[in-house]
Amino acid sequence: MARSTGEDAQALFHSLRSAYAATPKNLKIIDLYVAFAVFTALIQVAYMAMVGSFPFNSFLSGILSCTGTAVLAVCLRIQVNKENKEFKDLPPERAYADFVLCNLVLHLVIMNFLG
Amino acid sequence: MSASETAGERTVRHAFGNVLAFFILLLIGVLAFSIRLFSVIKYESVIHEFDPYFNYRVTQFLTKNGIYDFWNWFDDRTWYPLGRVIGGTVYPGLTLTAGTLWWVLNSLNIPLSVETVCVFTAPTFSAFASWATYFLTKEVKGPGAGLAAAALLGMVPSYISRSVAGSYDNEAVAIFALIFTFYLYIKTLNTGSLFYATFNAISYFYMVCSWGGYTFIINLIPMHVLLCIVTGRYSSRLYIAYAPLVVLGTLLAALVPVVGFNAVMTSEHFASFLVFIIIHVVALVYYIKGILSPRMFKVAVTLVLSVGIAVCCAVIAILIAVVASSPTKGWSGRSLSLLDPTYASKYIPIIASVSEHQPPTWPSYFMDINVLAFLVPAGIIACFLPLSDASSFVVLYIVTSVYFSGVMVRLMLVLAPAACIMSGIALSEAFDTLTGSIKFQLLGYSSVNSQAAAGDASPDSTSAQSNALKPDKSEETAKERTSKKSKKKEKEREKEKEQVDQSSVQPRAGRRLQVLPLEASIIGVFLLILLGAFYVVHCVWAAAEAYSAPSIVLTSQTQDGGLHVFDDFREAYAWLRHNTEVDDKVASWWDYGYQTTAMANRTVIVDNNTWNNTHIATVGTAMSSPEKAAWEIFNSLDVKYVLVVFGGLVGYPSDDINKFLWMVRIGGGVFPHIKEPDYLRDGQYRIDSQATPTMLNSLMYKLSYYRFVETDGKGFDRVRRTEIGKKYFKLTHFDEVFTTHHWMVRIYKLRPPKNRIRGKAKKSKSKTSSASTSKRTAKIKKNPWQ
Repeated sequence: MARSTGEDAQALFHSLRSAYAATPKNLKIIDLYVAFAVFTALIQVAYMAMVGSFPFNSFLSGILSCTGTAVLAVCLRIQVNKENKEFKDLPPERAYADFVLCNLVLHLVIMNFLG
Repeated sequence: MSASETAGERTVRHAFGNVLAFFILLLIGVLAFSIRLFSVIKYESVIHEFDPYFNYRVTQFLTKNGIYDFWNWFDDRTWYPLGRVIGGTVYPGLTLTAGTLWWVLNSLNIPLSVETVCVFTAPTFSAFASWATYFLTKEVKGPGAGLAAAALLGMVPSYISRSVAGSYDNEAVAIFALIFTFYLYIKTLNTGSLFYATFNAISYFYMVCSWGGYTFIINLIPMHVLLCIVTGRYSSRLYIAYAPLVVLGTLLAALVPVVGFNAVMTSEHFASFLVFIIIHVVALVYYIKGILSPRMFKVAVTLVLSVGIAVCCAVIAILIAVVASSPTKGWSGRSLSLLDPTYASKYIPIIASVSEHQPPTWPSYFMDINVLAFLVPAGIIACFLPLSDASSFVVLYIVTSVYFSGVMVRLMLVLAPAACIMSGIALSEAFDTLTGSIKFQLLGYSSVNSQAAAGDASPDSTSAQSNALKPDKSEETAKERTSKKSKKKEKEREKEKEQVDQSSVQPRAGRRLQVLPLEASIIGVFLLILLGAFYVVHCVWAAAEAYSAPSIVLTSQTQDGGLHVFDDFREAYAWLRHNTEVDDKVASWWDYGYQTTAMANRTVIVDNNTWNNTHIATVGTAMSSPEKAAWEIFNSLDVKYVLVVFGGLVGYPSDDINKFLWMVRIGGGVFPHIKEPDYLRDGQYRIDSQATPTMLNSLMYKLSYYRFVETDGKGFDRVRRTEIGKKYFKLTHFDEVFTTHHWMVRIYKLRPPKNRIRGKAKKSKSKTSSASTSKRTAKIKKNPWQ
């Protein structure tokens, strides 16, 4: 049982990797960006766990800045993904413009909230 | 009619339909604005009721001192001696809106006073709200339904009751914000555009600024997302509509001082975070499913499931522990009373004492949404016919708001837009089918069916639909105009309309294979028009008669048909303003706190904000105590004047004697020596000769009925319809200084302390009942202001 699960996991890992290798480069860059944002958020959570969340608004804006960036990047990724049939008539330029606008609003709010 | 001809005609008609829709919307806006002006025409341009006076005062401060002083405003004229931090405890949306309006108008050299701007803010925003309804319904079911819904919302009585000119309250702008936020959410859901998602968050921010009811949005949208996920309707558009809204919305909500960290700390908001996590998991699953082969996906599922369930359990356990560790389980009293309708009356008398927090009665549904109540089920069915993400949202909206309106009368206001949207959909679908059948029967086109059937897949694509629905709308508006005129004209108009129907025929009748007989459909159309007419008549009546009274100016019909005006409140406040020192403190029940600070500009002890229960209980205790004890409490609070509202002479039912039991209850909740049964004779609240001595000796009784017997010699109270119990008595610690024309407001001055000492010495010698003295000492100890 354990052996078969291990094998399955390995096969799964392989097929995931091969499937992901087919992803276009621009999507991979976005993925990297998302991973980086999530990683930063995790660092902040770890820091909060060790030191405490005293300036709570700073902590909150830090975390939400990372989460927000990641979420918006995921949205962008969904929109510029060529394989996604739902967004066929949305030009990638428009998607990037929306992304920038949304990020602008997000970070203006965060700067305001940072205290 | 050849095919090419139809196509050309269709584009022309499409353009024509848009122009027509624009003008109809404009008219709906004008209608929504002007139907709310009855109060100005019948009375005058004044601010109504209680809370609006506070908002008005805040707006005045804002326009005078600017935004920064407003955020830092510490108000020392209320809640004496505690004061209140206005900037941090008020929902600033309404004030900022009116302040901005005033500023814009003034910089355009339109010199309107702040009061005028405040009075007309609510009607203006109700016009915006009906436009927002149009857009929302258009996203759900096409422009025809949108126009019908907008017209219905423009005059729904429930909304009128909160937004007549002068009713300058948070709900006036909040309903617009609510509908607009929903519209942007649906729009984002339909288009999947981040652009709209951004605006959705900003509109949510405006809603958070405006009203505490924003928690409805932040719970309803996650519910809808969850519903979509559970029913297998997840799409990447859903992710784009929801995930940015949570992040941006939470941050923006935390910017509003009154919400602050509550946006992440209270469990009203936890649902959205939970769904936020869920949607990420679901998105990941869908993504992996997309790139993997089905067999590998199955393997992945079995692997992840075993790990995932354990993690989920841990997370939920942590969440529950966090929530349970907070004192009220993280829910504030008002929200708890939403979930458990009996919560407030059991634990928080101050919430239960407000009449708008009571559950509504059945007639109030008929009064407030009228025929919409019958159309809503039809609308729900129409929403299911092709169930889309948008229509499932509307269905969820109506279901939840029906529940909430059943808990609190006030939340009927949230139900009204949903009911209008549903009824708009129902009406337009019905007209669609009926007029379609008429056209089919009259013209007998059947060969073009296929062509018409091709174009009706998406709600907004067919010009045919938009056009066919338009007539019903213009009928509505036409009706409103004609209802004032003669009925003959109305009939003419209807006939004309029907001709328009027939002339603008588009052969699409058989597209649903639901062709009704000609007679039946004509009768159906006629009945629907009749229903609409009934609704309009009711709305106009409600706007003119039921909901436009400003409550600070009262009127009554005299026998000869004339109008008698009771302007006692303003008389009393003006007296206070002109005849008392600037720093004098005025005590009254909390209902009149806002008005006293705004109109008389005097410091009050408690006001309608009700943030400090103990303080209100102190005033309640004073009102329910005998004169001497009350004097001591008031004196310790630095009170110079006591104001009571008394309706016994003219029959004004919402006076202090009728509110008195709440004072006893709230006072007794904090100071246990005040016991409700002491004021009731056999469980009955009475003020006649059968009343208990405690009642007859209470300060409220004495201040209300002092010298009352001199008016008619018998002391007959017209509200309670009985003769009062104790007619001849003197006040020992208070002096009557002012009583208004109709005795509705009576103002007493506390006698200076010197008299008290003499009187006390005399009294304690004459009667030494141990019970009363022990009571008195207990009270002195209980009084926190001693």
